[in-house]
Amino acid sequence: MTSVLDVKNLSRAFGGLQAVRDVSFEVQEGEILGIIGPNGSGKSTLFNCILGQLVPDEGEVRVDGQVVTGLRPSELNRRGVSRTFQLLQVFPQLSVRENLILAGQEHRGSRLRRLFGPRDAGLTPDANRMIDFFRLGHLAEEKAGGLSYGQQKLLDAAMAFMAGPRLVLLDEPAGGVNLTMLASLKERLQAINAETRATFVVIEHNMEFVMSLCTRILVLAEGRLIAAGTPGEIRSNPDVIEAYLGH
Amino acid sequence: MAEILQLVIAGLATGAIYALAAIGFTLLWQTSQTINFAQGEFVMLPAFFALVAMNWFGWPFWLSCLVAILVSVLLLGMVFKVIVVDPMLKQGVLPLVISTIALGLLLREGAKDFYSAEAQPFPYIFPDRQVSVLGVQLSLSQIGVLLIALAVIAALQLFLSRTRTGRQMQATAQNPTVARILGVPVERMILYTFIINAALAAMASLLISPIYLAKFSNGEHLGLAAFVAAIVGGFNQVRGAIAGGLLVGVIDNLAAAYVSTGYRQSVPLILLVLFILFRPQGLLGRREERAV
Amino acid sequence: MSRSALRWSLGLVLLGLVLVFVPVNLTDYGLPYPGLKRYGTYIMTLWLVTAVAAMGVNLIVGYSGQETLAQAAFLGIGAYTTALLTKAGIPFGLAFAASGLLAFVVGILLGIPALRVQKHYLAFVTLAFAVMAWLVFRNEQWLTGGVMGLSGIKRPVVFGINTRPFLTFYWFVLAVTAILTFCMWWMLRSPWGRAFTALRENPVRAESLGIDVRLYKLLTFAIGSAYGGFAGALYAPLVEFIDPSPFALSQSFLYLLMVVVGGAGSFLGPFVGAAIAVLLPEWLRFTETYYLLIYAFLVMLLMAFCPGGIVALVLRLKAALLPKAGKVQP
Repeated sequence: MTSVLDVKNLSRAFGGLQAVRDVSFEVQEGEILGIIGPNGSGKSTLFNCILGQLVPDEGEVRVDGQVVTGLRPSELNRRGVSRTFQLLQVFPQLSVRENLILAGQEHRGSRLRRLFGPRDAGLTPDANRMIDFFRLGHLAEEKAGGLSYGQQKLLDAAMAFMAGPRLVLLDEPAGGVNLTMLASLKERLQAINAETRATFVVIEHNMEFVMSLCTRILVLAEGRLIAAGTPGEIRSNPDVIEAYLGH
Repeated sequence: MAEILQLVIAGLATGAIYALAAIGFTLLWQTSQTINFAQGEFVMLPAFFALVAMNWFGWPFWLSCLVAILVSVLLLGMVFKVIVVDPMLKQGVLPLVISTIALGLLLREGAKDFYSAEAQPFPYIFPDRQVSVLGVQLSLSQIGVLLIALAVIAALQLFLSRTRTGRQMQATAQNPTVARILGVPVERMILYTFIINAALAAMASLLISPIYLAKFSNGEHLGLAAFVAAIVGGFNQVRGAIAGGLLVGVIDNLAAAYVSTGYRQSVPLILLVLFILFRPQGLLGRREERAV
Repeated sequence: MSRSALRWSLGLVLLGLVLVFVPVNLTDYGLPYPGLKRYGTYIMTLWLVTAVAAMGVNLIVGYSGQETLAQAAFLGIGAYTTALLTKAGIPFGLAFAASGLLAFVVGILLGIPALRVQKHYLAFVTLAFAVMAWLVFRNEQWLTGGVMGLSGIKRPVVFGINTRPFLTFYWFVLAVTAILTFCMWWMLRSPWGRAFTALRENPVRAESLGIDVRLYKLLTFAIGSAYGGFAGALYAPLVEFIDPSPFALSQSFLYLLMVVVGGAGSFLGPFVGAAIAVLLPEWLRFTETYYLLIYAFLVMLLMAFCPGGIVALVLRLKAALLPKAGKVQP
């Protein structure tokens, strides 16, 4: 069986600074993989290289066995890879439903069909289902900019699932979210993972959140992969404790 | 061969003047994200300040030039920044672009309506005399122009690299946010940039007007030359703007001699398009990260 | 039909009636309205043609957040294409289509290199193109007649009706403008319009949602330029004589100005902006040569105090005067 995401020997430098060095890992279907590491350990650079936001200096990224290194983010998205951002990125002047339709429309039919077809690209039922799933039902017509931070975060996550992705990369999904909302976010993510078999890769600072959400965890320090294992193994790994507390 | 050499020297002279305009354009873009679509008019206008001083007030030429530079620094530097750019910065890029386009129109029409629609002769700073060096006819005036322009550029480079203020300006140009954190008075540095831009434009105006004559519509050609020079040079590099200016000047002069008059204006533009196609980072620029 | 849809359709029908009858002398029918004379009707027609070109600029500038400085050149491409083809005996309909298509193709060719690189490069590439196109119009005498221009451009015969009379030609241009306006409206309310909003507001996020930002930008630029070509195809038979001067770089600047003055990114903006650009020289005729000076000054004032243009200014005034009406969707 080929893995959903296969990263091989990825490296990327900025000037003299080696942000990511020789990182390799695989993610299997249905897995929820966490990536942790201290600030500046290269997590975001790694993410951006996988997602086509940056072009890696060396190495290869495969999705479902196909090389996608250097593809533009939109091409990658249309191949079933979606993401959320560390900072909120919804479209404030569009309604909640419009945001969701936007997130799905480029996967529906050809561009020409969309021009002549219905205004919602036939996505209203899907959007409504997603709204219900993330319990935003009473807010469907509201402008996204008028939602609370936590609600926008839910919408942001919901947008990543609109197109039925194979692989979802979540960049600090728990950042700035209060405890109640956090529990509901985690529970929704696990539910959608169980339902669709979509594969997740999560970057997160909130240890408790990562440990309880993910099935496997990678640890980055100074651009290198220093440990991998189940949450339990990571918790007791002396290298990890060293990396976090050492310097 | 001698003819080409003459053309190249004449080209370097006009090119050095273009470089003055392109440097200011680049500095404004770097420090305040202002694309000044009135840059050509900024180079057109100071000659008219000098003409007003000479012909309306009867002041001597040297004093008129000095006054032109001072008035430019005041109007095209400080007033431009405070009245036009500052209120617009919070409104975003497009309103500012539109505003500088409208300002260019205003200056052009102003020069036409309040001074004259006719091309005005403008005195040479150096005697317009030919000397022969090793069989090549050289114009003293062109050599003088080249020397002055290069001296101004050299002085600017020294100022930017050797003085504290100059280094602070460079820091502001490279990254205003970081500069602010490092304690650079960013606002004042941006004001200095506008002043330097106006002074450079005034110098360029006084040097180019004897050659092209002072005319309200000169801004279009001068502005295009400055844009092309800045982009060919890499858009965010002072050194690039100098190289770009000299290149455009030489090409401009060679085109004037060898391309039919109808199309000679298009030669620098073709250069621009070639650069955008094959070397978008410019002569001296470095490749940027993917825009999106 | 819902109430708001009913209101909209009623409003549109009313607006259509006004536009159809504005130049007509109604005194014969017992109404105290003398209509417009030949010159007034010419100005109305010019307004429509200008609005078509401005709609294209608005798509590029207001909806997809780019800058074009070549709309007058695209108008020129359309005008010369239509003039040459109709003089060669080709029907107007084909010439009209060819004008838009040629402008579209040129737009694609210019956009591909410019959109690969930095944000403002499209502005510079279009600037260069505007000058070069003007040089071609001026220098290629065998084709364009050079500075002497092309004269004797005929107004078309449409479905057996000769549009030579000024009133008939006005109605013809009104019909074409209505169709082009509908097409623009349709595109902006389709999923494409949603993609435009996304790529203008947040290109990085749009890209991550599968929106091919570069392709959409290229398409908006080419379609907006095609509207310039269509406007040119209407302009040539309107004035019946074309020379290079209305297609110069300075005119391209004016198209950009009028769209922002009207209200970039607002559907009505180009119509308002075009009205100002066409009517202001008439109103300010007493200022003689100072007209452009005054116009430039007004534009700078508007940008400083209301960068959303006149449409935004009117909405703001309406909200201030009628606090309740402010909540109605613009």
